[in-house]
Amino acid sequence: MVDYVTGLLMVSGSIFCLVAAVGVVRLPDALTRMHAATKAGTLGTGLLIIAEALFYRQLGISLRAATVIVLVLLTAPVAAHLIGRAFYHSGEPLSDRTWIDELRSQKREKF
Amino acid sequence: MIYANNFINLAGLAALAMLLVSMILVLWRMARGPTAADRVIALDLLSMLVVAFLVTVSIHARETSYLDVAIAYACIAFLGTVALARYISRTSWKRPEKKQGDQRNG
Repeated sequence: MVDYVTGLLMVSGSIFCLVAAVGVVRLPDALTRMHAATKAGTLGTGLLIIAEALFYRQLGISLRAATVIVLVLLTAPVAAHLIGRAFYHSGEPLSDRTWIDELRSQKREKF
Repeated sequence: MIYANNFINLAGLAALAMLLVSMILVLWRMARGPTAADRVIALDLLSMLVVAFLVTVSIHARETSYLDVAIAYACIAFLGTVALARYISRTSWKRPEKKQGDQRNG
């Protein structure tokens, strides 16, 4: 029974990783690509790591899996925020379908 | 507990195939990407996919030491992404106040 749950978690996690990759290829803008990559990629990787912890069911493996999950959950938003800020301040044009740009009216001399 | 279960082998093979396809797609975006930020985003997602691939290989090959490799790779990939993002934000132009031109990175 646990093996079926593990297999389903592996397949669903890799499907989420595939969705992240398709989003990175298909979406029109660097900000939207970052959105797809960070959210779906983190969820897919987390599901695969949970599958690993369920597959072995030992204390050391579970602790290491928790370490990887905490690392991914801590570092992925920080990296995405840094890349998004760098892209916005780099002066590249946003997508044509962007209709709200709330940072537009702020002062951006120093950052 | 290690079972020689057929379902887990099939699921591991399917997961490895889908992760390989997504790595190829992300590599296409990294080669194509019009701006430098697109390439860094693709690199970030590629490192996350490598972590997922290592975890899946660790299940599929019944070898637990790939998980340690995944921990080390996650740390190093975060440092690389932060360094590249800082590099983009240091070297690129500012967004003009009035209208959006078609400036490219110098």
